[in-house]
Amino acid sequence: MTLTQHDIDAEIAAEHAAYEKRVADGGPVEHHPRRDYAPYRSSVLRHPKQPPVTIDVTKDPELVELSSPAFGERDITVVDNDLTRQHTGEPVGERITVSGRLLDRNGRPVRGQLVEIWQANSAGRYAHQREQHDAPLDPNFTGVGRTLSDDDGFYRFTTVQPGPYPWRNHVNAWRPAHIHFSVFGSAFTQRLVTQMYFPNDPLFPYDPILQSVTDDAARQRLIATYDHSLSVPEFSLGYHWDIVLDGPNATWIEEGR
Amino acid sequence: MTKIDTSGPETVLPTPSHTVGPFYGYALPFRGGEDIAPVGHPDTITVHGYVYDGEGSPLPDALLEVWGPDPDGKPATADGSMRRDPASGGFLGRNGVEFTGFGRIQTDANGHWYARTLRPGARGAGAPHVSVCVFARGLLVHLFTRIYLPGDEALLATDPLLSRVHAERRDTLIAADEGNGTYRFDIRLQGEGETVFLEFQ
Repeated sequence: MTLTQHDIDAEIAAEHAAYEKRVADGGPVEHHPRRDYAPYRSSVLRHPKQPPVTIDVTKDPELVELSSPAFGERDITVVDNDLTRQHTGEPVGERITVSGRLLDRNGRPVRGQLVEIWQANSAGRYAHQREQHDAPLDPNFTGVGRTLSDDDGFYRFTTVQPGPYPWRNHVNAWRPAHIHFSVFGSAFTQRLVTQMYFPNDPLFPYDPILQSVTDDAARQRLIATYDHSLSVPEFSLGYHWDIVLDGPNATWIEEGR
Repeated sequence: MTKIDTSGPETVLPTPSHTVGPFYGYALPFRGGEDIAPVGHPDTITVHGYVYDGEGSPLPDALLEVWGPDPDGKPATADGSMRRDPASGGFLGRNGVEFTGFGRIQTDANGHWYARTLRPGARGAGAPHVSVCVFARGLLVHLFTRIYLPGDEALLATDPLLSRVHAERRDTLIAADEGNGTYRFDIRLQGEGETVFLEFQ
């Protein structure tokens, strides 16, 4: 049986309605996807069926998970945050500047932590050998970046606008353009891997990965804002995207939560 | 909505998680990611295993991160897990001297992974363990678990986490001793023998 976009649309709508009902019945706002989200078919055999065992970090301030690995200047290079300068020539595509702040749940800057990104090139092709999409590779673009957040929690990358690309979740499945982000906090419990999207992408409603975030407001937090003050004259368009790390950290204990 | 208003807690809401996807392999893994122990350190252990899905098939595209304290129970503070070559932009990897406590390992085509690290020391109220974070295509939010080492049954019996987990599931958190400092730890994402996963609050 061929799985069509129409089928997936119906499943996405049903999941959304089920979430709305949970909230109407007094359930909590769900900021993250459920791991069991069938419209994204790869999740079916890869989510636990048993509930997680919860650990209250306030009961043991010595938990190793309340500390986090350290990364320093020797773990990055000077061109790591400029994906347009990693080869001898200029990559093809619309140059963009992506910047924002790394914050904890108290709104405090998360300083000196590693921010890693990876993305498709402007034609929607990843520089990965298993990538099957028949779009051109760009010899001047790999699509990998790293930086450390600064003292105010800011990160900043220069890259090119990634293209949307097809995948095989169902027939005619296309991912909206996005940049993958991997971020560390001051505690290992705050670890986050996610994806940043660009405003007004027409593919949003069709994408089961974005729609796995069933809360409308939470989904909006994955979409960057065009920010003219970040645009660089004669060079790039600017996007602002703040990242708020979930999960308890040491301040949970200081404040006795 | 992507400039966060930090004036009050009600506007500081978390950025949702997403899957790591299938194509992180040229971005996140780094040279020597699995060789965490300083070269020749006498407290070196090897932990290895498979990651399985709900049908018992190994995952050739899972990514594990491990984070553990040193043999004295202290979390590492040294950076330098990746160390980069400023000339080529490539990875120099660890220097073989300092212990960063952090490893990042992609399962191989058979779904197998290993990490060589230092035997973790006891810390806080718990029995010694290494913390693990699992990422994979299809996994919309990463999963935390822990690798406890067998041997000191009295200590394991009083561990605040292990003592709360049902007996039949508890063993999913304890590696099997294979001798010579080698331990087996499989991760089952779903179904029979499903690994105990953790949520920190």
